[in-house]
Amino acid sequence: TVMAAPMTNDQSWFYALALGVSFLKCLLINAYHSTDFEVHRNWLALTHSLPVSQWYYEATSEWTLDYPPLFAWFEYGLSHIACFFDKEMLVVPNLNYASPATVLFQRLSVIVADVVFFYAVKECCKCLREDKGKDLLGKPSFILTVLLLWNFGLLIVDHIHFQYNGFLFGVLLLSIARHCQNRHFEGAFLFSVLLNLKHIYLYIAPAYGIYLLRCFCFTQSNADGSLQWRSFSVVRLVILGTIVLSTFAVSFGPFIALGQLPQVLSRLFPFKRGLCHAYWAPNIWALYNIADKAFSILARGFLRCLVICALGSFMFGWHVHEKAIMMAILPLSLLAVDSRKDAGIFLMLSVTSHYSLFPLLFTTQELPIKIFLMLLFTIFSLASLKTLFRKGGALLNPLEVTYLLGLIPLELICEFVYPLTVWQKTFPFLPLMLTSVYCALGVTYAFIRLYISLLTCSDTTKKTKMQ
Amino acid sequence: MENWSLFSLCVLLGLTSRWAVSFHSYSGAGKPPMFGDYEAQRHWQEVTYNLPVHEWYFNTTNNDLNYWGLDYPPLTAYHSLVCAYVAKLLNPEWVELHASRGYESHSHKLFMRATVLFTDILIYIPAVLLYCFYFCDGSSKQKVATALCILLYPGLILIDYGHFQYNSVSLGLALWGILGLGLGWDLFGSLAFTLALNYKQMELYHSLPFFCYLLGKCIKQGLIGRGFFQLAKISLTVLVTFALCWMPFLSDPKQPLQVLHRLFPFGRGLFEDKVANTWCSLNVLIKIKTLLSRETQLFLSFALTLLFILPSSLKLLSKPNLWQFKLALVNSSLAFFLFSFQVHEKSILLAALPVCLVINEIPLIAIWFLLTSTFSMLPLLVKDGLLLPYVVTSLAFLFLSLYLLSALERSTEEELRLGLYRKLTRHWLPKLNLSRIIKWKFWFSLVAMAALSFTSVWLEPPAKFPDLFPVLVSILSFLHFLGFIIYFNLVQLMEPQRKKSQKKTN
Repeated sequence: TVMAAPMTNDQSWFYALALGVSFLKCLLINAYHSTDFEVHRNWLALTHSLPVSQWYYEATSEWTLDYPPLFAWFEYGLSHIACFFDKEMLVVPNLNYASPATVLFQRLSVIVADVVFFYAVKECCKCLREDKGKDLLGKPSFILTVLLLWNFGLLIVDHIHFQYNGFLFGVLLLSIARHCQNRHFEGAFLFSVLLNLKHIYLYIAPAYGIYLLRCFCFTQSNADGSLQWRSFSVVRLVILGTIVLSTFAVSFGPFIALGQLPQVLSRLFPFKRGLCHAYWAPNIWALYNIADKAFSILARGFLRCLVICALGSFMFGWHVHEKAIMMAILPLSLLAVDSRKDAGIFLMLSVTSHYSLFPLLFTTQELPIKIFLMLLFTIFSLASLKTLFRKGGALLNPLEVTYLLGLIPLELICEFVYPLTVWQKTFPFLPLMLTSVYCALGVTYAFIRLYISLLTCSDTTKKTKMQ
Repeated sequence: MENWSLFSLCVLLGLTSRWAVSFHSYSGAGKPPMFGDYEAQRHWQEVTYNLPVHEWYFNTTNNDLNYWGLDYPPLTAYHSLVCAYVAKLLNPEWVELHASRGYESHSHKLFMRATVLFTDILIYIPAVLLYCFYFCDGSSKQKVATALCILLYPGLILIDYGHFQYNSVSLGLALWGILGLGLGWDLFGSLAFTLALNYKQMELYHSLPFFCYLLGKCIKQGLIGRGFFQLAKISLTVLVTFALCWMPFLSDPKQPLQVLHRLFPFGRGLFEDKVANTWCSLNVLIKIKTLLSRETQLFLSFALTLLFILPSSLKLLSKPNLWQFKLALVNSSLAFFLFSFQVHEKSILLAALPVCLVINEIPLIAIWFLLTSTFSMLPLLVKDGLLLPYVVTSLAFLFLSLYLLSALERSTEEELRLGLYRKLTRHWLPKLNLSRIIKWKFWFSLVAMAALSFTSVWLEPPAKFPDLFPVLVSILSFLHFLGFIIYFNLVQLMEPQRKKSQKKTN
């Protein structure tokens, strides 16, 4: 009997992938972690040891609480489990405390929190069109699962550098999945929760706002896709508003009651006056252009709009972290398994932005890991998307391929050759600058292409029936 | 997806897990004055770099053999020499004669780990890929799945990248030897295996099967004529390889004798430490180490080893094909492990390699054996601070290999080759569902191993028996290995004519 690899109809492959990546994450427990580790340890300590009224005032450590209240409550919940690992980590003055038990606990908390992400990915897969006949490795849901569960950026940032992005993106993807499944109230609720967990997602709030307004509050559209003004449902608007506002109320409520709202906001948005405009200007600008086209957006268009908002804010926003690029990549993965053009853009963007994350892991010990994982993800995404869209030519044109291949000599120069030269001492920033500039080209290119695709696709949707 | 991308993903996963394990501690970390195997390897770089060849294996003022004296054959020494040259380029302090004793630093650890990765990529991993590509039945997905499972075998990863050794070199070379023989390139195969033998003398565990396979093949080709000619060519290859490896030591008759003395330290006794073989386990009940004289011990060990390897070798001699060869390798190395002299727990890897090669044909039993072999090294791993990677890699291997190879589905009586067991029980217990029994035993054994692993780490042993847990681990593993050696012998000896023939065997 010839036994091929398991190709049953059940979902066992999903659990195999999830389990596999979890084991990999466990192996990385002892890898390098950044100051973000101490940040979260500090938050565990202060939410555990101090009363709520002190949370946003506490400043023993330089890493003050600068996430919204729901995340603080999350840390508070975690701290109760932390007691069983090492009580010393919950002592606020224990700065930079990193006993093996502490490391184990914190790492495990990220790994376990990723279960939310797993669930969200599973839900997203349900929104895809499936081809029954395909074998496992060619199924869009399989490819999407790998692209999301084994995402290089998440692995590097969450499980080495140390953050909780998997958990947060899980909430985001779950919200998107709910919208795809027409469970809009849940989707709106989840997004409000997300905003109260990490306010960086405000970048994409406009996309949500417009989508919900357009697609949900206006219950019907004309045959050509344009608005039917009379179908505006006040009820829906009111319910949505209630959901959003009550979520914010639960989250910020205690602090408003204590009169601490200005303090909390100052922690969340550490700007001096004037920079606010710089923060929002690019978003408004991006949205203005979308606004008049926005009135014929589809669900796919919603995702596209979301990605563009995220990418636009990444490109033009103030004090942006390179990690914010993931807000664009993860939703784009959903588009990539569905359309050829998006797959091409996804490849460009993902490879470039994943490479741009390299400077986050600057230690020699982690160098092989980041190269292996990068190659793993890149080879998989290239090979699987190529197979998925094999009819219709290449996904990347020669110029794009050359650009991506150029990353190899760039890496060799920046991490192997340059440190051995005399310029390392005088211009140590040069490799970083080179990396940033080179990657900026790729990201900008992807942004422009996405923008164009949004503008052109909304023309074609006018001709097709909506929803 | 194309073949090359699947294989490269498989390799990258293997490499990532290897390097991730290397983040953890190594043998003897921070434990002066003797430290551990890591320091031994560093010391050999120091010795081979700074001292002339004729002093490497001798006790001189510059070379204290009591402090990790060289006790592997010359190829290891040459390998250490090459590493030492690189070390000297990076940081001369690492191989400073005498002054570098016990040297430990983060960058040095990275260097040492990198040397392991380098040889692994060069020797072991390509051999595994080629083996799966050429000798695995099934679709390319099946081949990649097999390759992945072999690459994720925890025992080798934990010892090479955790404890710190270069088993991937000797096992890799032996695998190249098996590959060569399987592809019909006898000379290349013999060359590769001779090199393996000259890297670690423990490869002698594999030597009898190699010998019997080649002899059997030559006999089949006719002892007068082509067969004899082939045999002569093989012997010549082996001798020339030996001569080349030992060349620096052949000038003075004292040299090779001293080297052999270092390689086979009969003076060290029947066994050291806790190891999952017969003598150590027997010693718990009857103190054979003290009861019997040295000569009797040697004789007993020799006799039992011979008893267990002869049937398998003779069967291979009569039927030299790849399947018999692989099983003979398993049986021979297990026999040596269980009954030989001065066996170390790491020697189970020598049996694990051929079992990896049958993982596609008898997945459940192979996976069971491979997990047991990793478990048998638990005391060593805990001592080295490798508990976390042990747990993660064992669990990962368990779940992934069971899933990818459909091991639990492919466990009918025929697939598990329980023919003889069926014959034996047919008269008394005809309704026995052997397949289900095996599966139950499998799960039960896993639970026992997990429980013992847990208690070894979390509970304190009673004061009267401080070594209780290592002894329990050894005995449990020993009982498993005994069962396995009987099983694999029966499978090899009772082998009926296979319906599906291996493609590239001769």
